[in-house]
Amino acid sequence: MTPQVAIVLALAIPVAGAIGIAACHRAPNLRESVTLAAAAGMFGVVLTLVGPVLEGSRPALFVLEALPGIGIAFRVEPLGMLFALVASALWIVNSIYSIGYMRGNKEQHQTRFYVCFALALACTLGIAFAGNLLTLFLFYEGLTLVTYPLVTHHGDDEARRGGRVYLGVLLTTSIVFLLTAIVATWAVAGTIDFAPGGILGDAGLSNAAIGGLLALYMFGIGKAALMPFHRWLPAAMVAPTPVSALLHAVAVVKAGVFAVVKVIVYVFGPELLAGVRAADWLPVVAGFTILAASVVALRSDNLKRRLAYSTVSQLSYVVLAASLLVPLSIAAAALHIAAHAVGKITLFFAAGAIYTASHKTEVSQLDGIGRRMPWTMAAFAVGALSLIGVPPAAGFLSKWMMFQGAALAHHYVAIAVLAASTLLNAAYFLPIVYAAFFRAPPAGEPAHGEAPVAAVVALMITAAATLALPFFVQVPLALARALAGIGPN
Amino acid sequence: MSAGAVGGHYAYWVTVFLMVAGLYIVVARGNLVKKLIGLSIFQTSVYLLYIGPGKLIGGTAPIVAEGFRVYSNPLPHVLILTAIVVGVATLALGLALVVRIREAYGTIEEDEILDRDREPRGGE
Amino acid sequence: MIRAQLPALLVVVPLLAAPVIVLARRAALAWALALAASWSSFAIAIALFLQVRAAGVVSYAMGSWPPPWGIEYRIDALGAFVLVLVAGMGAVVAPYMRRSAAAEVPGERLYLFYAMYMLCLAGLLGIVATGDAFNLFVFLEIASLSTYVLIALGRDRRSLLAAFQYLIMGTIGATFYVIGVGLLYLMTGTLNIADMAARLPAVTETRPLVAAAAFVTVGISLKLALFPLHFWLPNAYTYAPSAVTAFLAATATKVSVYVLLRYFFTIFGASPAFAEVPFQEALLALSAIAIVTASLVAVYQPDMKRMLAYSSVAQIGYITLGIAMANRAGLTGAIVHLFNHGITKGALFLLLGGVAMRAGRASFDCLAGLGRAMPLTSFGIVIGGLSLIGIPGTAGFVSKWYLVLGAIERGEWWLAVLVVGSSLIAVAYVWRFVEAAYLQPPGPASPRPGEAPLALLVPAWLLVGACVWFGLSTSFNVGGAATAGQLLLGAR
Repeated sequence: MTPQVAIVLALAIPVAGAIGIAACHRAPNLRESVTLAAAAGMFGVVLTLVGPVLEGSRPALFVLEALPGIGIAFRVEPLGMLFALVASALWIVNSIYSIGYMRGNKEQHQTRFYVCFALALACTLGIAFAGNLLTLFLFYEGLTLVTYPLVTHHGDDEARRGGRVYLGVLLTTSIVFLLTAIVATWAVAGTIDFAPGGILGDAGLSNAAIGGLLALYMFGIGKAALMPFHRWLPAAMVAPTPVSALLHAVAVVKAGVFAVVKVIVYVFGPELLAGVRAADWLPVVAGFTILAASVVALRSDNLKRRLAYSTVSQLSYVVLAASLLVPLSIAAAALHIAAHAVGKITLFFAAGAIYTASHKTEVSQLDGIGRRMPWTMAAFAVGALSLIGVPPAAGFLSKWMMFQGAALAHHYVAIAVLAASTLLNAAYFLPIVYAAFFRAPPAGEPAHGEAPVAAVVALMITAAATLALPFFVQVPLALARALAGIGPN
Repeated sequence: MSAGAVGGHYAYWVTVFLMVAGLYIVVARGNLVKKLIGLSIFQTSVYLLYIGPGKLIGGTAPIVAEGFRVYSNPLPHVLILTAIVVGVATLALGLALVVRIREAYGTIEEDEILDRDREPRGGE
Repeated sequence: MIRAQLPALLVVVPLLAAPVIVLARRAALAWALALAASWSSFAIAIALFLQVRAAGVVSYAMGSWPPPWGIEYRIDALGAFVLVLVAGMGAVVAPYMRRSAAAEVPGERLYLFYAMYMLCLAGLLGIVATGDAFNLFVFLEIASLSTYVLIALGRDRRSLLAAFQYLIMGTIGATFYVIGVGLLYLMTGTLNIADMAARLPAVTETRPLVAAAAFVTVGISLKLALFPLHFWLPNAYTYAPSAVTAFLAATATKVSVYVLLRYFFTIFGASPAFAEVPFQEALLALSAIAIVTASLVAVYQPDMKRMLAYSSVAQIGYITLGIAMANRAGLTGAIVHLFNHGITKGALFLLLGGVAMRAGRASFDCLAGLGRAMPLTSFGIVIGGLSLIGIPGTAGFVSKWYLVLGAIERGEWWLAVLVVGSSLIAVAYVWRFVEAAYLQPPGPASPRPGEAPLALLVPAWLLVGACVWFGLSTSFNVGGAATAGQLLLGAR
């Protein structure tokens, strides 16, 4: 299988899967098998690309010329490879979990759910492998549209309101800011292909213009949830939990921060940004988002809302690290995309399992639940520790690299922000774990057991991955370093 | 303006007057037939606009023979014949519409028609 | 040689089909003749497009009278592009009409409906094909008069008043145009457009020229539904039969844009006298107002046909905005949007016609739960809506790209913000449909589950597919628009 065929298959398999899922509407077991087969197939195809990318090749595929001089084209590079790996691996796990959750909660419209999921993954891979800004934008908007039916899955008034905020914020930022930024880049640079070192170097832009263009991109990539354009994320919590997991861990927010890092590295280039001081506002905005979101998380009683704001905060870790512009921090940013994904998906799976088994949604209701749902809460603890950054969980490595990178960049404010938010993370996660295991459950409560088997299996897989990632970190780390230009490129 | 300008260009003054009068009638009158009349007056002014300048002082019809040297321009006449036909067709169509409107609404006053549309009706 | 006679045949075939249909009387035969004529015109339009691509300009002397004394048909890159759009829409709508018109027009009048449709098609094609200013007026009135009749054949009695109002406003517009042509004839002595452009620089007295330009612009703007002369459009589109609305939305205003382009660039561009008149600024301002206010009004309409009509006024604003920008990118954006909006609105109105056939109306209470009742129709409307918003992958995105590029190249950032910001208003009114169709349970006015007949679905989905196709593979629409734009700017 040549890399080009692999790229085509990586997008074609989820689309074919979507068609297959729709066709198997009447046979739920067959339908679920199609999902799992498609996920496994896609992961296998993506795996075949890892070797060539690590060796330094950048497989490219030109599909068609959409506008004169601009085509729909794919080009696999280390960051995209990492994103694709994470997304395709987690789709398998998310599908297992979805089966348990959707059946356990007797959800309606399951076929539509699985079809949109598959299409969302196709768009995600399109974003990961995009070779230029137009292709990225095409699949980015596609992802927004395809996840709308997922967010509004329940179809009630609350879902409709949540869907409006979701779509409103994401489409506003992408159409008003991101599209303008892309067209402006085309007008100024004559190309919108991604290139190592950036494409704006020769454009002769003033510092202010570079800063302004950067702002258009950063705020235009609404999926990265930089404040004040973060409201869509908590609003999307009306969706069923597997969708939240998809949004937060597998696809949507990851697409956002992926795009942020890709733009910084391949459109502007770290050298250009470091040289003009025009990007100095970005660490400030990211740092503010980290802290503000952590404070809101601390004050949220609703578990999913707390996790949502935790995600907002963690995403800005990636933005902050990327905005420090030193190779180590850029590698840290890429690695954190993977580390946060496995940790967060564990937490969301746990939240969904808690809801399925006990219909509890608030943190204050979780006293003693660890006794009834030991596996779930153990996994939750693992995920929480990873996000706080405790070794040997996955989050520790990326956070450590971020601290190092900030020190290298002499950005002491960033170090302070990272330290403070680590404490805040502990403050809003550890009490949950403590209450779950060490407090007695409220009296007079109906007894319940663990979540459905499939959900627990998925939970265990991701928790294990969270713990195991540092031991199998060679591939993600190598990709991250290759992105940043450290070591073999 | 000199007397010559006013007097010598009386055709154009008539044209402008008809143009403006026609437009005024269209806008200011609510009766559909009166609107059509205004429209016709407006179109008539255009005929004058074309034919007037075509006439040369001392010009005759284009007769190819001895003694006829200065011709008035015959082309505007041709154009205006076409325009008259168009105007007649428009007027006929407009009147046919007015007849149908009368059948459907019972009135040809624009404000009454709009009132009747605003009232809730039993069936669409 | 048929090839040499193609420009004339383009107009003559539908023109002759009309009286033959009147003689034929039977509805099925009338439809078959209309279909044959529409498809022939489309084939001829494509052949002409290829000829123009090879030769640059196709010129045809009507009756072998040489120009500039005789009437000349002159088709250049812009004209060929618009011809393909108009004839193409005619070819797609004709098969649709068989069931749609039968449902909405009284049976004994169907043959007259088809005859009027043929006249309308002939008129629109003639406007684009002709190179003579007065001949343009004749075809303009042929198209307009037949349009008034077509609109009046709608089911609702309000279509009569809508047709009457359109008649009044349209005739005033055409008469203004003819006044302008008269003044131009006075000053240049010719009616042939190309000849006029050649003679204009020599004219020293500029006041009549400026007056002529003003009259022509106002007259055509009435036909174009440029704000604030757009008042006839919402009623006309809402109450006309569905097939008529679809055909008109895609062609009539676009042909008027063609006339505006022809005058602005080919004729007025030739003389330096017009440089002082602030046409560009005025057009820019009016376009901006049109885009914003019409989009906002569209959001609050209770009836989806009316909503799309106001959306059309806004989208025409985009086209005139691109014209006002007058640089390569802006003009390419305007001309490509002429095409893209034509196929998008055509698709949307054809799909709504299917809804009207099943539910009787297209008001939002009928659309509740449409996603279940008519899934293919709803999904098609969603895709058309995405093209209106300008989501990448659809034709509408391509237009937005060029308009934003044109604004940025002029350095006018507020224009770029206007274009992208107004797309958000489009999200608001498109999402009204999405929420009604997919997130609301069916109400008492909703149609029973069951798709529209194939005769309606196939043409509509052909256009929906075109929306996506021309959004991704843009060599025809962007290439044609860019060539036309370059030609126009070069003539300046």
